[in-house]
Amino acid sequence: MSDARAVGDEEDASGPDGACGVDTAGAAADADAGFIDVRELTKTFTVRRRSGLLRRTATSVRAVDGISFALRRGEMVGFIGPNGAGKSTTIKMLTGILTPSTGRLRVAGVDPWQERTRLVRRIGVVFGQRTTLWWDLPLRDSYALVRRMYRIPRARFEENLARCVELLELGDLLDVPVRQLSLGQRMRGDITAALLHDPDVLYLDEPTIGLDVVSKARVRRFLTTLNAELGTTVLLTTHDLSDIEHLCERVVVIDQGRLLYDGSLGGLQEAGRGERTLVVDLEYEMPPIAGLEGARTVRTEGPRQWLAFPAAASAAPLVSRLAAEYPLVDLSLREPAIEDVIARMYGG
Amino acid sequence: MHLLRLHFAVALSGFRRYATYRVATAAGVFTNTVFGFILAYTFLALWHERPHLGGYDQSQALTFVWTGQALLAAAALMGGGFQDEFQERIRNGDVAIDLYRPVDLQTWWLAADLGRALFQLLGRGVLPLALGSLVFDLALPASPGTWLCFLAAVLLAIVVSFAVRYLFALCGFWLLDATGLGALSGLLSVFFSGMLLPLSVFPGGFGDTARLLPWSAMLQVPADVLLGTHPGGAAAGLAFQAGWAVVLLAAGRLLQAVATRKVVVQGG
Repeated sequence: MSDARAVGDEEDASGPDGACGVDTAGAAADADAGFIDVRELTKTFTVRRRSGLLRRTATSVRAVDGISFALRRGEMVGFIGPNGAGKSTTIKMLTGILTPSTGRLRVAGVDPWQERTRLVRRIGVVFGQRTTLWWDLPLRDSYALVRRMYRIPRARFEENLARCVELLELGDLLDVPVRQLSLGQRMRGDITAALLHDPDVLYLDEPTIGLDVVSKARVRRFLTTLNAELGTTVLLTTHDLSDIEHLCERVVVIDQGRLLYDGSLGGLQEAGRGERTLVVDLEYEMPPIAGLEGARTVRTEGPRQWLAFPAAASAAPLVSRLAAEYPLVDLSLREPAIEDVIARMYGG
Repeated sequence: MHLLRLHFAVALSGFRRYATYRVATAAGVFTNTVFGFILAYTFLALWHERPHLGGYDQSQALTFVWTGQALLAAAALMGGGFQDEFQERIRNGDVAIDLYRPVDLQTWWLAADLGRALFQLLGRGVLPLALGSLVFDLALPASPGTWLCFLAAVLLAIVVSFAVRYLFALCGFWLLDATGLGALSGLLSVFFSGMLLPLSVFPGGFGDTARLLPWSAMLQVPADVLLGTHPGGAAAGLAFQAGWAVVLLAAGRLLQAVATRKVVVQGG
């Protein structure tokens, strides 16, 4: 796993945080192991379709088909799958606005559907494509409403707001009506709104969709801090796999309502038969490098060549042979793009 | 207490949201006034031909017109208000966000709509009525008691109007696009509130029925309370409105429970 993050470019601080998280889990493993607990969850929708002039046939569609997974308290997990995989349906059941057809579901020890009103005070939800803010009101007024709604004590509210304002750089925006905010600003405003009541669980649905690089980085940095400092459990749905690469050690992949993979990000790459790529710069143009064990040249461009080898294998022997046998000028290592890995998994 | 304060805050935000659109308000006042003049001259012609039509004399008929203009926006007699927004949220799935909140959907929207209505009563109601009273000879009461009863009737009119529109909007959970229903709801309310012609004008069984429908609580009853022409007095009028408010709000709760339980919230 450690070599899978060889070119991890920033914020390796997540390493120690992860270790600390394991310690706490060890202390209260029983209570925290199944903080979010999903067992054999299914959801069947009946879809009626017109099949004749007056006749309608009902077909049942299994949007979620026997999914099981569990999250420890304080974990930050990526929840991914293609469109229509059942992600949103699962999230809706986890938040209690849809009833499961069968299966068992617990969030913070609570059955979401049975005790929705109790649960909503303990969860925060952020949708990248929707807003929980009031379009015509300044952020400040939206937050005041949220405070009343969740009955947040004033001191707590001020403290939480101040933290979000500082970390998400919202200071100048508090008095601007939401409709005048840019997408990135609105997103940061939405994240703040979801956190003012100190939720134990935060569901993020495409939190970085449509954001520019700077805004994305800011949101990611904030989420890392939140998870590390407050131990908020985060379930992150996204199509932007670099979100997952930056934020989550663990991913749950579903497709067509079924669980495809649940484990570490590195393991996902192996499961998807990911390949790493060695980009080799030679002194001059050469025919494609051949004869190196386990590696094959996938592309050449002048003196530069791309060599693919299995993600699980070490690059060291390859590099030493290259250095010994070829006029090597420079080389760099590229991790498998997680998109490709997942596309391969979806493909079967 | 918490709930009351929350809903007060919601109402206040509803008020402020509408207050931000000043140009729209000015345009609304203009529209109401023009509409008022057109109706006033139509009624003048009508009452000239048929004095005491529906039991009103000419100045009472004109008062009815301008009361209608004062309530047009506040009681959303042509539809709209929270209804459009709520329907749109059901259609595009944003209603999921409302369901994530630890607040009841109906009381939330009621508070928001009351805030809107209060703004529109002040912003779009008072001015047309005042203008109308300057140009025409209106039969406005002198007694503060009557005005108080009228204010109560206006409040109840807004609540009944909310309750009806809430029911229509909830149908969106099944129809997915309730625009047509919204238009129908507006049409019904324009006619059966007495906005086009006082309901007391209609004879026979049709008139009797129209006066018993909930829409009559939105304009006919408040106007009669103001004019002192409600059969059985102001108290009976207020009781009629309150009765419909309770029944319709209860129906809304029931339908809401079915809607949120049964129906899939749209979209990812």
